[in-house]
Amino acid sequence: MIMEHTVICRHVSKVYRQESVAVQALTDINLEIPKKDFACLSGPSGSGKSTLLNLIGGLDRPTGGEITVDGQRVDQLGKSELAALRLHKIGFVFQAYNLIPVLTAIENVEFVMQLQGMAAAERAVKAREILHEVGLDGLEYRRPGELSGGQQQRVAVARAIVSEPSLVLADEPTANLDSKTAENLMQLLAHMNQEHGVTFIFSTHDKLVMDFSRRLITLHDGSIVNDVRRE
Amino acid sequence: MRSEWRAPLLLTLAWRNLWRHTRRTLMILFAFALGVWSMIVIAAITRGSMEQQLDKSILNLTGHIQIHLAAFRDDPVIEHRFLPPPALSAALAGADVMTWVPRVRVPAVIASERESAGVTLVGIEPERERGLSFIPGAVTEGRYLEAPDDPGMLLGRKLAERLETGLGRRVVLMSQDVNNRVADRGFRVVGVFDTQPRQMEEAYVFIGRATAQQMLKLDDNITEVALMTTDRDHLEELLARLLVAVPALDVQPWTVLEPLLVLTRKITDVVLIIWYAIVFAAMSFGLINTLLMAVFERTREFGLFQSLGMRPAHILGQVLVESLILLALALAAGNLLAAATVYALRDGIDLTSVAEGMELVGVAPIIYPAWSAGDLAAANLLVFVLGLAASLYPAWRAARHVPVEAITRV
Ligand SMILES: Nc1ncnc2c1ncn2[C@@H]1O[C@H](COP(=O)(O)OP(=O)(O)OP(=O)(O)O)[C@@H](O)[C@H]1O
Ligand SMILES: [Mg+2]
Repeated sequence: MIMEHTVICRHVSKVYRQESVAVQALTDINLEIPKKDFACLSGPSGSGKSTLLNLIGGLDRPTGGEITVDGQRVDQLGKSELAALRLHKIGFVFQAYNLIPVLTAIENVEFVMQLQGMAAAERAVKAREILHEVGLDGLEYRRPGELSGGQQQRVAVARAIVSEPSLVLADEPTANLDSKTAENLMQLLAHMNQEHGVTFIFSTHDKLVMDFSRRLITLHDGSIVNDVRRE
Repeated sequence: MRSEWRAPLLLTLAWRNLWRHTRRTLMILFAFALGVWSMIVIAAITRGSMEQQLDKSILNLTGHIQIHLAAFRDDPVIEHRFLPPPALSAALAGADVMTWVPRVRVPAVIASERESAGVTLVGIEPERERGLSFIPGAVTEGRYLEAPDDPGMLLGRKLAERLETGLGRRVVLMSQDVNNRVADRGFRVVGVFDTQPRQMEEAYVFIGRATAQQMLKLDDNITEVALMTTDRDHLEELLARLLVAVPALDVQPWTVLEPLLVLTRKITDVVLIIWYAIVFAAMSFGLINTLLMAVFERTREFGLFQSLGMRPAHILGQVLVESLILLALALAAGNLLAAATVYALRDGIDLTSVAEGMELVGVAPIIYPAWSAGDLAAANLLVFVLGLAASLYPAWRAARHVPVEAITRV
């Protein structure tokens, strides 16, 4: 049986050009992320973790190489196709400021489903269920400013997975959280990975967070220097 | 492409975003409402004053429609007289005609013991001129004419001064009769009139219609019919009817008789458009600035929208909806304020204290603001459509690709 891959990177490179200076952020990245994987990108600051996640999510374009997400060549998609890919296939969780400040927790979760054109009643049920699942019962009608950092990240996770994407990309999702809250959030991600079968790629500096992963990919100076499975 | 969700989503977001900076939003709203208010109120006052002048000019012996022999307009002399055909009075009996009068209008020379002057002699039916011309209300000394065969004469104040004559004195009027002979007759000045513009006081003398016909051997001939209608801006139907009724006569509306009045009106339109443009330019400057500020502050949010898969067109739409709500609120407030102001001014703006100066340029001492559906629509449409157009640039800025570091930077 051929292994199904959610993400395939072939010879991916990224060079940032700022004025006359060129920064080689990624060099010849080759990577395959199978379905339902729970992979962690680690490596020192500036090693290219965020760059790689952004390229996979189509937020930025590679300088060279091919990136395939769920069978689609991300590096070749146009703007609106990329938007559609993100809308239907990819969920993002950033380090902070993930939420739309004027919308309540439940509206934030419903937002993506609204963009997808889901009917209001269905949306509301799903949003409530997922907020329950991430442990935010009773906080549905709070705005982001009225939630703690950990609670905000939970809303972001809920939003990222509620429409059952193929892939969730989380760039240092715990960086702004204390270790106890970080651990809770990672437990939640692992739970979502198992229960919903969603593929996760996340990055971190944190040893504790790395320990949750089933695969640890280490970057250094824009190259993959280590890739170990730990099941 | 399903669309049922979009309006509520865009609306909720836009509405809440609008009130993120309550004071800023209120300020721009206030400025916009004030702009709309000034557009409408200034338009109403200008339009009201212009229409009043127009009506006043129409009372200066013009009327809404005049009927002559074709040659009379170029050469207003006694040769170009006509006998009003029965079909004419029948056509003028319609409900759209308020009142109409026959007149005799010919050139003449008036002489006192000391001076003489060229004038236009107008023979009128005193009672029927009411509501049709200024003269019944203009006699300030002596009396108005009492009947078509009144033997007296009305003389303008300025002419009386020039002829060094006055109320109760005798003057001689000379003209040409239908046989090309000199017709002259002495008249007693029974009334002196004052009017604006004061050249009118020198240009015309008024006598009874029958008296004039007798003096000039006109029998029942006249040179002019003038009439007032119920609506001076919609004369087409009546003109068409008169054309059929009296094809041999020259039937002309005031717009042809007084092209300057039409020009005045056009100039008013242009002036108002320029006024609108100036006010709007100032407003759009504020609008674009406010929106740009709001867009720049929210760069990260627009990036977030993009990362969530919102298409650029939707992001553009979202900013436009915000602007739309702002414009709608401002228009509502501006229109309400303007309506209240015009209502408060319904008894007129009294300029009598400065009237002396104003009368020189022909402005009435009391101005009644006048709504015009066209002015209202123009102001509202302009603000709305151009307001949205002005919002396109900030909206486009919002929809542009947000560099990824703007989203991820903490
Ligand atoms: N927009 C950019 N312009 C120029 N250089 C950039 C840009 N973004 C990243 N870089 C450079 O690319 C390299 C990789 O950066 P990246 O942000 O991917 O690292 P990282 O592993 O995520 O680091 P951190 O752990 O600090 O988040 C770094 O040398 C960085 O300075
Ligand atoms: Mg990073």
